[in-house]
Amino acid sequence: MKILVPVKRAIDYKVTIRVKPDGSGVDTDNVKMSMNPFDEIAVEQAVRLKEAGQASEVVVVSIGSPKAEDTIRTAMAIGADRGMLLTHDTAVEPLAVAKLLVKLVEEEQPGLVILGKQAIDNDANQTGQMLSALLGWGQATSAAELVVDGDSATVTSEIDGGLQKLRLTLPAIVTTELGLNQPRNATLPNVIKAKKKPLDVREASSLGVDLDPRLKVTKVTEPPARKSGIQVNSVEELVAKLRDEAQVL
Amino acid sequence: MKILLLAEHDNQTLSPHTARALTAARQIGGEVHLLVAGQGCGHVAEAAARLSGVAKVLHADAPALAHQLAELLSELIVSVADGYDTLLAPATSTGKNVMPRVAALLDLMQVSDIIAVDGPNSFRRPIYAGNAIEHVETSGKQVITVRTTAFVPADTEGAAPIEQISVPDLASPAEWIEDITVTTERPELTSAKRVVSGGRSLGSKEKFDAVILPLADALGAAVGASRDAVDEGFAPNDWQVGQTGKTVAPELYIACGISGAIQHVAGIKDAKVIVAINSDPEAPIFKLADYALVGDLFELVPELTRAVSK
Ligand SMILES: Cc1cc2nc3c(=O)[nH]c(=O)nc-3n(C[C@H](O)[C@H](O)[C@H](O)COP(=O)(O)OP(=O)(O)OC[C@H]3O[C@@H](n4cnc5c(N)ncnc54)[C@H](O)[C@@H]3O)c2cc1C
Ligand SMILES: Nc1ncnc2c1ncn2[C@@H]1O[C@H](COP(=O)(O)O)[C@@H](O)[C@H]1O
Repeated sequence: MKILVPVKRAIDYKVTIRVKPDGSGVDTDNVKMSMNPFDEIAVEQAVRLKEAGQASEVVVVSIGSPKAEDTIRTAMAIGADRGMLLTHDTAVEPLAVAKLLVKLVEEEQPGLVILGKQAIDNDANQTGQMLSALLGWGQATSAAELVVDGDSATVTSEIDGGLQKLRLTLPAIVTTELGLNQPRNATLPNVIKAKKKPLDVREASSLGVDLDPRLKVTKVTEPPARKSGIQVNSVEELVAKLRDEAQVL
Repeated sequence: MKILLLAEHDNQTLSPHTARALTAARQIGGEVHLLVAGQGCGHVAEAAARLSGVAKVLHADAPALAHQLAELLSELIVSVADGYDTLLAPATSTGKNVMPRVAALLDLMQVSDIIAVDGPNSFRRPIYAGNAIEHVETSGKQVITVRTTAFVPADTEGAAPIEQISVPDLASPAEWIEDITVTTERPELTSAKRVVSGGRSLGSKEKFDAVILPLADALGAAVGASRDAVDEGFAPNDWQVGQTGKTVAPELYIACGISGAIQHVAGIKDAKVIVAINSDPEAPIFKLADYALVGDLFELVPELTRAVSK
């Protein structure tokens, strides 16, 4: 069984982002970029399944700027075998990403597609569900546990109120939650090996999918700032403030 | 404009998320229908009919809908979608699972997690963990999920008619095995007026329970946690507050031994008053806190519990 893992290049999760003063978006110049953390977990999970003899090959794909090659190489250093890069000049919305992934699924015939539950830049949380709907495959989102057993997978998902266990007939779609695993640190030899692994680069527009954005972003603004607070020196003072000043007790 | 809102429920009770998402729907403007889909959920349909501003409740009842699996629920919604310009749901785990499917099947982009309605096709939504707000417009038919903490609940003075709708033949490639949910007497996290949260510094589940829970109970508060506290097993996953957990908007949020990572802070920005208790005076959480108390939580939190219990 082949596993396909879509990985997105995004601003590193530790970076405090800056909104451009002209409202045109978020500043990405000279900002550290990394693999979306949920996708790193997806790659790790796929590689573990391969190491356990349950998958034959791990293929990663990224859609976006040519610089996403770095993201793919990072995934290869974790253990992915092969990469695909679909380049495009402007941001591609989740619906179009899902449609591009449908094309790749038709080409590659994976038994499992593992995506991140959410890209931490657009916070959309859509692509996996959209792909599942377009393919007519079963979905399990926010996976905290994934067990592959022959032609099915049992997934424990994080839901409001607790956990939900589902059994999916393969092929299927799974999206990752933070607790699924702890991605390994790539070793130097693996980083070097990753540079030589096969990477297929194409223009996203060559796949015959409409990539024009459906949503119009009119502007991006700063969230309202909170007024600065004060330090209190004792529990007694805190309780008095909460009671008399803030009036929340 | 005709609007269909997916009701959030567990077949027994209508979740308060629905009344809040209804407020967003009414701000979009037009005739709002509520879809109650499940098994044996007649009481829920009746409760939904009492929400003010609902023109009609569609009640779909079938064994296949018992667990509201995303594959089936999305098919059901698509089967009635022709009559609506706007399809929306609260951004709960059900809404997040179902609505992107509906959008894809209708060849639409979803607008996720709206926090404000600026016009019938114009919305605001947080991106980058709420560090930026994106203003977006759709062009016509639209699929939306609603961040419910951003909207007040509609009241319950309505009396809408309930219409049974037929459920298409549904089969899912996913099979439900079990829900592992914890019932609690405490208020629900996302709608609680007070929230007490603990972080990784609690050190163990025993200490989390011994230090955080008594303060929560003394205040009648819900309990929250940082992701690290969840990953360490101190708290169940559905207590996680933040960018990728729950958003809360209480009157009072007390963060105990939480550093204030961007991802955590994303979930608490709408709290009216934030109290932080942390031993590190440089902890980022203090930039956000209205009241900062520097010191050891193992002394301060029990002391606070005693003070508010008086
Ligand atoms: C993609 C992604 C998504 C994430 N989503 C979320 C999310 O939704 N929610 C979330 O919370 N996190 C999330 N995280 C994790 C987040 O980045 C932080 O790692 C996490 O919030 C830190 O948890 P913490 O504050 O409990 O632990 P730490 O950062 O380890 O902080 C512990 C704090 O406790 C203080 N302390 C220690 N001992 C004491 C004491 N005795 N008394 C008082 N204070 C003490 C320390 O000074 C420190 O500030 C996410 C991370 C990623 C990569
Ligand atoms: N441009 C992209 N390239 C590769 N994978 C993507 C891209 N956009 C989204 N994804 C995948 O879809 C998941 C969810 O993204 P989103 O729906 O945008 O929050 C991500 O975690 C990735 O696995």
